[in-house]
Amino acid sequence: MTAQAVANAAYVAAALLFIMSLAGLSKHETGRTGIRYGIAGMAIAMSATVWLTLSGEWTDSTLLGLGLLVAALAIGAVIGLWRAKVVAMTGMPELIALFHSFVGLTAVLVGWNGALHAKELTPTLAAVHSAEVFIGVFIGAITFTGSIVAYLKLSAKMSSKPLILPGRNLLNLSALVVFVVLTVAYVITPELGLLIAVTALALALGWHLVASIGGGDMPVVVSMLNSYSGWAAAATGFLLSNDLLIVTGALVGSSGAYLSYIMCRAMNRSFISVIFGGYGIEAPSGSDEEVGEHTEIEASSVAELLSNAKSVVITPGYGMAVAQAQYPVAELAKKLREKGIEVRFGIHPVAGRLPGHMNVLLAEAKVPYDIVLEMDEINEDLAGTNVVLVIGANDTVNPAATENPSSPIAGMPVLKVWEAENVIVFKRSMASGYAGVANPLFYKSNAKMLFGDAKDKVNDILKAL
Amino acid sequence: MSLIGVVLEQQAESRVAATPETVKVIRSLGYDVVVEKGAGAKASFPDSAYEAAGARVESGDSAWGADIVLTVSAPADAEIKKLKKGAILVGVLSPALKPELLAALAAQGVTALAMDAVPRISRAQSMDVLSSMANIAGYRAVVEAAHEFGRFFTGQVTAAGKVAPAKVLVAGAGVAGLAAIGSASSLGAIVRATDPRPEVADQVKSIGGEYLLVEVEEKMESSDGYAKETSKAYEQRAAEMYSEQAADVDIIITTALIPGRPAPKLITAEDVALMKPGSVIVDMAAAQGGNVAGSVAGQKVVTANGVTILGYTDLPSRLPAQSSQLYGTNLVNLLKLLTPAKDGKTVIDFEDVIMRSVTVVKDGETTWPPPPVQVSAAPVAKAEPVAMPEKKKMSAKTKAGLIALGLATLFGIVSLAPAPLPQHFLVLMLSVVVGFYVIGKVHHALHTPLMSVTNAISGIVVVAAILQVTDTILLVQILAFFGVLLASINVFGGFAVTSRMLKMFTRGDNE
Repeated sequence: MTAQAVANAAYVAAALLFIMSLAGLSKHETGRTGIRYGIAGMAIAMSATVWLTLSGEWTDSTLLGLGLLVAALAIGAVIGLWRAKVVAMTGMPELIALFHSFVGLTAVLVGWNGALHAKELTPTLAAVHSAEVFIGVFIGAITFTGSIVAYLKLSAKMSSKPLILPGRNLLNLSALVVFVVLTVAYVITPELGLLIAVTALALALGWHLVASIGGGDMPVVVSMLNSYSGWAAAATGFLLSNDLLIVTGALVGSSGAYLSYIMCRAMNRSFISVIFGGYGIEAPSGSDEEVGEHTEIEASSVAELLSNAKSVVITPGYGMAVAQAQYPVAELAKKLREKGIEVRFGIHPVAGRLPGHMNVLLAEAKVPYDIVLEMDEINEDLAGTNVVLVIGANDTVNPAATENPSSPIAGMPVLKVWEAENVIVFKRSMASGYAGVANPLFYKSNAKMLFGDAKDKVNDILKAL
Repeated sequence: MSLIGVVLEQQAESRVAATPETVKVIRSLGYDVVVEKGAGAKASFPDSAYEAAGARVESGDSAWGADIVLTVSAPADAEIKKLKKGAILVGVLSPALKPELLAALAAQGVTALAMDAVPRISRAQSMDVLSSMANIAGYRAVVEAAHEFGRFFTGQVTAAGKVAPAKVLVAGAGVAGLAAIGSASSLGAIVRATDPRPEVADQVKSIGGEYLLVEVEEKMESSDGYAKETSKAYEQRAAEMYSEQAADVDIIITTALIPGRPAPKLITAEDVALMKPGSVIVDMAAAQGGNVAGSVAGQKVVTANGVTILGYTDLPSRLPAQSSQLYGTNLVNLLKLLTPAKDGKTVIDFEDVIMRSVTVVKDGETTWPPPPVQVSAAPVAKAEPVAMPEKKKMSAKTKAGLIALGLATLFGIVSLAPAPLPQHFLVLMLSVVVGFYVIGKVHHALHTPLMSVTNAISGIVVVAAILQVTDTILLVQILAFFGVLLASINVFGGFAVTSRMLKMFTRGDNE
């Protein structure tokens, strides 16, 4: 039994454990078991690989390599565990974006190493190897800079407005063409200059791709980058002829792609249109119709309304995360439930900046997950609800999506909060949402506006209760 | 700065046009307020409360002589004479029914605003007196009916025997009808409702009523928000239905009104004769001629078979404190519109559709009727089904084409690829398929943990970097070192943060 055979067997086991890990996440009850499978798979794969590297002949390089390996693992573990411990749940999107960039960068480094470490190969295989290096570096570099930009945008270190360069679609397309040309050139004559060129090209392309997407489309972007990071890993697998990397990369790649698909469907937009164009491009028209007057309400009246209600639905959006209002909101839900009022949460798939972001925030604030429902589960019941609290959401509760076919967001599935008896909208001002579309909800007769910081206002309501 | 007068209403009217609360708001708009002595007494607002709110309490003449006079009901001729030239009179003036009143006001040289002429657009809802009063009237109609009705509304099983719930029919599900349905059903009665507009069915259901559909081959379109007159076939079927219901129900409340015309006759004398003794009918349209045969405006009538027909026309006025408050708020909202600068200076702008509609006399000239205001809701909603399905049309054929193209490309690549590649492609394909099936089952609420766990396992590139860290080239080793470092942050951090998240998800019932 050679070390390679052992490693291969370990990889099969690891691949299976990864699949079981993802399958475990299908339900809350099995989620934690799923994680254990994942950790086990990773431990098996890593120890088998370490053993494989060390089982060869020992030279000075091996010794140095071992030292570097131990150091890298130790530092990486410390940083990783530390970040995981301190991150606030509102900061999850940034963290995940940052993690994607690491995978991307690692793929680039591995690709470069593959090029630097010239193996003895037959001409055909050498050509394939060169192409693999290029593809791996290309995807990795796009993932790297794309994720960095996403991180900067999500953590508000960079304006979340889309960057609009003239002819940006042409720029992206020509970058792809240049990539193909460079690849062909590199396959013919593998020169380091070409590798540097393609790395720079991919880094620029990744930057531009994400920089031109606005803040509200971030759920799609983050899951798209998740997908890319998977494909980058898979490309590395091709480069090293390692099936475990291919399997894992493909799992992650398809997972990210599926999430992007769900997000796009929830916005009724095609993937292409999200990636290659924000909303603001075609100026939204037809908002001249009679808008009407909104009615304001005081926190104390909201408290009164809530205590007289039988059923209450809370629909949070990104605004709740920005205001850090999840704790008072959870407190409010708890208080109302103690009074025997039915409280539920309705979550739109694209609420927040990450798929499932709102669920995590509410879970952090100790809201039991069985009262947190998806849009499709709650929409039917909204008509029979006494009070709906819209906290920091706008486009996801916009009736124009169903009522006005000329609206830019027409056809997007939305939470039908306006069917409830009373709707209280927590908002800073009357400004429109991410999509720049006026929201007729605010002018409906059953809707009342509660202006101000969501956290303060929820606290005011708590005091008045 | 203008002076606003709040007058004492005539004998039959218990409401008052301003309450101490609304006086405060009016004063904040920059106006001075004078209230006629005893104006709020019948609505339980003593003069002292008005004084405390900052108003002066004076004689009737000074209230009528103010720059703006707020009333509830239309003024009598003697009162019109007390208005000064150029003054503004605000009240419920029924301009369509009382041309002689408009003429008298015009002759006096004043401006008159009719609160009951507010257009039905959403911006004007806060001034819609008809709605706010109809709401009160609907509630009061149920209370009056309950007062006359010799039984419980709700069904009960008691030691003394079973009590069946009362059955209530509400004709017309407008604001008043809906208020009546809600009040009757919360008292425990079985409530049914009719209305020519089938779109109200959901509203009826939502407050506990059952909607009775009159099934005929045509539908009502209401482009201006009001009910219109109905067709022959419809009326015939509706009449049959009212007869059926009359024999069954204990209480009928009718609310059917058509603006500017006499109220439609819904319940005939034969229908009334079919009702059980002790039954009660409240005809809320009695003032406009009545929906019920035999109802007398303002009177209680008992028929030969013992059915009580109430034709009270002052239902809102029978809840004076409540209706004064709502009416007063409607007036304040109109005053807010008229006083954009909040400086006590009134501006009547005929470009504003609300101001144009309510102004029935302007500086001695009759300006009634205003040009019609169309409510845009109905036609917009109709266009919807046309626009939606376009997007996904092309799928079937294009999809098949794309799949074929994809397969062909894959076939081409794999068949040309040298030795280890086809095998890798197979693994890749299978994994992608497995991935889609597994991920498709993941609960929506767990998408964030899913992303962070895929994040952790995509750190598997660490394996590639580990394999390179013992390379013979130093540069490769250094690059691999950073690779291992970065990827291991992912691995450790990703798993740690995922388990931290999953621990936060708790069920409600095991706490």
